[in-house]
Amino acid sequence: MADEGKTRREFLAATGAVAAVGLLSSCLDERLKDVSKEELKSRIAEMEAGYRQKYGKEVKVSDAEPLPGVAFAYALDLSRCVGCRRCTYACREENNISRDGQLFWIRVLEMEKRKGVDFAHANAYYDAEKVPRDGHFYVPVSCQQCDNPPCTKVCPVKATWKEPDGIVTVDYDWCIGCRYCMAACSYGARHFNWKEPELKPEEINGTTHVLGNRPRPKGVVEKCTFCIQRTRAGRYPACVEVCPVGARKFGNLLDPSSEIRYIIEHKRVLILKEELNTMPRFLYFYGT
Amino acid sequence: MNGKSLLILGFLLLLCACSRHPESDYEAEPSWKAPPDEQKDLALEVPPPPFSEGIFPCSECHKDLETNPNRRKLEDAHDDIVLTHDEEHRWCLDCHDAQDRDKLHLASGAKISFEESYKLCGQCHGDKYRDWRFGVHGRRTGLWNGKKGYLLCAHCHNPHQPHFKPIKPLPPPVRPEVSHGR
Repeated sequence: MADEGKTRREFLAATGAVAAVGLLSSCLDERLKDVSKEELKSRIAEMEAGYRQKYGKEVKVSDAEPLPGVAFAYALDLSRCVGCRRCTYACREENNISRDGQLFWIRVLEMEKRKGVDFAHANAYYDAEKVPRDGHFYVPVSCQQCDNPPCTKVCPVKATWKEPDGIVTVDYDWCIGCRYCMAACSYGARHFNWKEPELKPEEINGTTHVLGNRPRPKGVVEKCTFCIQRTRAGRYPACVEVCPVGARKFGNLLDPSSEIRYIIEHKRVLILKEELNTMPRFLYFYGT
Repeated sequence: MNGKSLLILGFLLLLCACSRHPESDYEAEPSWKAPPDEQKDLALEVPPPPFSEGIFPCSECHKDLETNPNRRKLEDAHDDIVLTHDEEHRWCLDCHDAQDRDKLHLASGAKISFEESYKLCGQCHGDKYRDWRFGVHGRRTGLWNGKKGYLLCAHCHNPHQPHFKPIKPLPPPVRPEVSHGR
């Protein structure tokens, strides 16, 4: 009897100690957002070494910070888009997205002209000989980079947040894969890696950002980051450059001479699900 | 300073205030401003025009040919060109210059090179031209906060048949229920 009590006391003490150590170490660990510059550098070095080992290829991971005085915004010309899906594939290559064929950060929705913008009857799986098809128009939807993002609010571990330049990012090392953010997103813009991403070494884009297109593990959520690895270096997102009809526009909302400001001031602008007050930084407009 | 000179100074100040143009206070900002590059009247940097192979310079063949200014169906050369661009009202020499075969001309008669063909297009399509100068019509490459790559109208639109032709889309995403069976 006495022996049993002692065992239980020992057991409790032991489990308590283990729990305390676990709790302490998890408190010491931090999100990419919170770590010091030196810590971030060392984590990036670890990541790069990991990729070198896994893919046998040099993958450069940048930690470029938001540019001061910059708030990114995007505008897509619905009167031009023909639904050719060049953007979805350029995005997949640029952002090291799994080649399984299911996961795309951009989904092009085909809608009927007589119904207008109607998500209930939109079709992302249209397979046409030629586009645009008569009586249809096309609405590519990716992350709307909301100024008031529902997805970041529901994350139980705060692994996703809005950066000062407006890009909503995911810390892939902190994400627990609960997919609450996917449920909260009103645009279906977040995607989950159900399996290990299919990515051959020769397909990898080695220019990456720590909060963007660096290769992801299985079991985390990912999404469009306005090509953070490009746009924080002054370049246009990959989808802007590839669009054969020039329907995609990108720039700094705070710069009065930017394309975005011109569009807002001179064109008819539409916001998807405006009534939800998500305040997207992604606008749609009619260029004609 | 005595009282008299103060009086004169006051009078002069009053005169200055009154002589300001009365309307100058009401001049509103124009609702549309020329884009920065147009204000400076800089030529835009564009890639070379998309000539069919071996077609330019036009004078290569035309230097020995007498110009026939009559509108007609072309049979000896350029018979592959089908004009569906306000063809009722126009034909070759409305844009291509008859004297200098390596040039285009504007409605004013001013000759322009093929590199500046956007000026020719802009004569009728003024709204598109303006949007293009601002970077809103057409494809852009380069830097959103710096040097941008422009394309000529003719890089995307065939000037003789400017309407876009339908293109083949890339494959649709794989439906989740399909790949689950794999």
